[in-house]
Amino acid sequence: MQTGDTQTNRVHIQEKKLLHTDVLIIGGGTAGCYAALTLREHSDCSIVIAEKANIRRSGCLAAGVNAINAYIVDGQKPEDYVNYAKRDADSIVREDLLLTMSEGLNRVTEKMEQLGLVILKDENGRYVARGNRNIKINGENMKPLLAQAVGALPDVTVLNRVNITDYIVTDNTIHGAYGFSIEEPIAYEIRAKKVLCATGGAAGLYRPNNPGFSRHKMWYPPFNTGAGYAMGIQSGAEMTTFEMRFIALRCKDTIAPTGTIAQGVGAKQVNARGEVYETHYGLTTSERVYGTVMENLQGRGPCYLRTEGITPAQDESLKKAYLNMAPSQTLKWLESGKAPSEQNVEIEGTEPYIVGGHTASGYWVDTNRETTIHGLYAAGDVAGGCPQKYVTGAMVEGEIAAEHIASRLAQEDLQQLYAADEQAERQALDHKVAEYERYLNRTQQLFTAEELEEAMQKVMDNYAGGISTHYQFNEKQLALADEKIRQLIDLAEGLGASDMHELMFIYELKERLIVCLSVIAHLGARKETRWHSFAENLDHPDKSDEWLRYVNSKMEDGRLKIIYRDLVGREEHYEHRD
Amino acid sequence: MSIVIDQTLCKACGACEKVCPGSLISQHEDGTAYIRYPKDCWGCSSCIKECHFGAIALYLGADIGGMGSRMQVQSKGDELYWNLTRRDGSREQIIINKKESNKY
Repeated sequence: MQTGDTQTNRVHIQEKKLLHTDVLIIGGGTAGCYAALTLREHSDCSIVIAEKANIRRSGCLAAGVNAINAYIVDGQKPEDYVNYAKRDADSIVREDLLLTMSEGLNRVTEKMEQLGLVILKDENGRYVARGNRNIKINGENMKPLLAQAVGALPDVTVLNRVNITDYIVTDNTIHGAYGFSIEEPIAYEIRAKKVLCATGGAAGLYRPNNPGFSRHKMWYPPFNTGAGYAMGIQSGAEMTTFEMRFIALRCKDTIAPTGTIAQGVGAKQVNARGEVYETHYGLTTSERVYGTVMENLQGRGPCYLRTEGITPAQDESLKKAYLNMAPSQTLKWLESGKAPSEQNVEIEGTEPYIVGGHTASGYWVDTNRETTIHGLYAAGDVAGGCPQKYVTGAMVEGEIAAEHIASRLAQEDLQQLYAADEQAERQALDHKVAEYERYLNRTQQLFTAEELEEAMQKVMDNYAGGISTHYQFNEKQLALADEKIRQLIDLAEGLGASDMHELMFIYELKERLIVCLSVIAHLGARKETRWHSFAENLDHPDKSDEWLRYVNSKMEDGRLKIIYRDLVGREEHYEHRD
Repeated sequence: MSIVIDQTLCKACGACEKVCPGSLISQHEDGTAYIRYPKDCWGCSSCIKECHFGAIALYLGADIGGMGSRMQVQSKGDELYWNLTRRDGSREQIIINKKESNKY
């Protein structure tokens, strides 16, 4: 929408749809689709999947994936995977979640193979490992395979292009969600007995590497805007570890993955002088980023993955591997006329993201993946405590949540528990539609959603540890960030939308702003530096055993309350008690 | 990062509009497709794979080193044909067998 008067061609909500289902899955990505498949195996419940785009290629798997990054290869045990993830996150993990996730990795991989995923096998029919935890696949079509399987299920309604904005929660129990179509002037109220949140994590909080035309050439899907986190925060769900941000080490400009080069051809991280520096800083995910930042700060940049001298066959394999997950990198190699064997691949750290599939940020869940809101479950990037879950781990979480939902639905007295009061439900929808209409009715606005998004990203970059401050921050800066984000939340209320798509942009901005406030609060609450770059607190530059605990938060009466909790071990079956 | 849709090749089938994970593609009144939000493209290439008419190409923005080359892909049986056309008209092709796993 342009600044000024835009009275002409305005769209208004024409239809209000009230739907009832047993289970609502918000987000038809990896975790959501797998949950639907599992639910149908265990229950004849009705299922609605509400997806912001179209499930065929939505979510993190849109471009494909190069390898299965979480798999228990021969000679390894699920416990080994737990140990690896715990080490990488320097102990701030939920071992109960990691173990139950690790135990399912091979099961879901087998299922994906049955659905048509190509997995490389040796002459004995065993999967070929890449290192200790990965197997080699052709994952270009992984999402279409999943979507196709979901499409074939009976009694599953997929609502494509429906953007969910709020949960319906009373007495800390979920009853469904509100949303709207981004194509047609339709508002939805979807009443459900159980809800699974699988919306993914949050990109676009910080100013990105390429802030101009290529602003969306980023690591994480730019369409994952933190809706699930924001809805949970606003409904009073407890959240965990938002201070463990994720920063990816990537190929410069294209922001394509580096792991395929590093692991595939054994390329080391080298500085401009050709010196291998990765060993000086450590090899955890955050240390690899930190080392690159430090080498640049000390005048030894740019940094590279040393690919010069690899064989022509390796060149070809790399080009093909990237076409199956990040085609822009292959385009860059072809366009420049310089293959990786002829030119080292320059690398850089991305802007920070909040993403529970790589770090531990997200909903505080019990071992069954139920959140602190009764009947609301979380799986995939939106679920906290379980880093390094990647694609297969997201599927396992969808599976665990779905199995628990199915068993609960079978046990409960549904008639009594879920008696519908249609008049009250209609009134609630009218109320929500009035909120949407406020934005659709506004004909004058000084700022656009795009401008406020840019302002938000600048605030987070400058004051909450973005790229321009080398991911570092202090408490004074965080206080300024908090103040400025609150001003933007206020300004966002004055936005206007001329169609349903623009209405989605406004809600995406609003949810990002809510997530920003939580990130700022968490960064300030952990008074140590446990992970370089991910949470580099200059007021507390050292690590301390006193901080071997979780930083959680919960919105109470409009204020975020910080809650500290003791670490949970792998032997425990964790239940919410307080 | 973005895509370019050749209006002369577009057959107005709507396949690209449907598949975009960012819902960034719209159709003109005659059904031909255009990218409504070019700056919001992730570069995932879903639409390019979906187009059976070779009407969509991927290119790199100048801000990330793009030099004007365009890349398309066509699916024929078990194979994906990725075709690059440089600004000077020179071409390069990479064929990927969908049944083969990545080497790395």
